[in-house]
Amino acid sequence: MTTKVLQESASQTAGPYLHIGMMPAAAGLERRRNQPGNVLARAGALGERIRIEGVVYDGEGCVVRDAMIEIWQANAEGKYDHPDDPQQKAVDPNFNGFGRAVSDFGTGLWWFDTIKPGVVPGRHKRPMAPHVNVLVFARGVNVGLQTRLYFSDEAAANAADPVINLIELAPRRETLVAQRSERDGQVVYRFDIHLQGDRETVFFDI
Amino acid sequence: MSNGVFYERDRGIHPPAYFPDYKTTVLRSPRRALLSLQQSLSELTGPVFGNGDLDPLDNDLLLNYRVDNDPIGERIVVHGRVLDENGRPVPGALLEFWQANAGGRYRHVKDHYVAALDPNFGGCGRALTDANGWYHFRTIRPGPYPWRNRINDWRPAHIHFSVFGRSFVSRLITQMYFEGDPLLPLCPIYQAIPDAGARARLVAPLDLEAAIPLDSLAYRFDIVLRGRKQTYFENRPEGF
Ligand SMILES: [Fe+3]
Repeated sequence: MTTKVLQESASQTAGPYLHIGMMPAAAGLERRRNQPGNVLARAGALGERIRIEGVVYDGEGCVVRDAMIEIWQANAEGKYDHPDDPQQKAVDPNFNGFGRAVSDFGTGLWWFDTIKPGVVPGRHKRPMAPHVNVLVFARGVNVGLQTRLYFSDEAAANAADPVINLIELAPRRETLVAQRSERDGQVVYRFDIHLQGDRETVFFDI
Repeated sequence: MSNGVFYERDRGIHPPAYFPDYKTTVLRSPRRALLSLQQSLSELTGPVFGNGDLDPLDNDLLLNYRVDNDPIGERIVVHGRVLDENGRPVPGALLEFWQANAGGRYRHVKDHYVAALDPNFGGCGRALTDANGWYHFRTIRPGPYPWRNRINDWRPAHIHFSVFGRSFVSRLITQMYFEGDPLLPLCPIYQAIPDAGARARLVAPLDLEAAIPLDSLAYRFDIVLRGRKQTYFENRPEGF
């Protein structure tokens, strides 16, 4: 029998110096071994190579230059590299699915080199459109903000996605869809995050 | 290990997104209601870390950026347990921590506070909890520092903590404070936590039992991550 006997520790902002503990190289400290970073797809990783990039904006449209973005995604087959994923699909030894990036101090741009994830079953075995789970931390953000990134070239899958369909207003759904383009032969998805305002990103309580 | 979903997050013990005394929240707080999502495989999984990911000095801030001398400041040990809401230990949790030096200065390209840098102190480390949820590291006690908010705001001494449990929904970033700090009642970041008990749980008490005589004082800081409900069939997302 399990019962809730304790309360979760309260969240606090990661502050402006979050780099020191989580991306030391960005703070000006020498890089550690095995530091999680923004290149997820090692040589040999299966799947379509993509870049995901964007900028975080505040409620007045100003660029946030001290944000950290974390992503967690399935591999090309739609399998999470985690012991609690019971699917009979193979883990990709060259792809773990966790990434971390920080906003550029000048431009605010953050980016990941990764692969496009496959389809993962959702509740009641309804397939979810390919997506990347996203967490946003920054100075002034008291509790990390959770959202999802979907792909603009998956319109049919997105239209059937059980999470996107929870969003009543169609324009709000668009805040979760990264726009595909090609640049110098590379596939780039643009995913800007708006913390507040007319184009406020849909954030989740999970 | 249960595959059940996690207890709902109790937003009443967390600081609200919008807290005007902490001015940066004014433009960085979502104003629309968060969309409630039932947990799927995407939320119930998350990155898993192991001892192979860490270096031997990661939990020793007295040594991990030492050049030619010990860092300046009060030597302390910080230790505690990571538990879930069911009171069970969370083994294999990755903790990352970062802090200012004894003078309240961060080793960061963007920190221009007048207090001196310490060439022997980096201020960052990592630890992984053991089978019983315990972690420990040694460091120096950080100093308080002023920050640009209201004209005379000072942060109480604190250590930032980033914690990964077993899933992406149990991800937590918080701060540890020190027992008896007179700046705690004045700090809008700390006071944004609406619940007195929740605030108190972020304050690490002095733990003299764990002190190293003639060497270091010790502080005890336990962290609670979200816990999973009992695995009744109806709590288990189908597809599992
Ligand atoms: Fe700080």
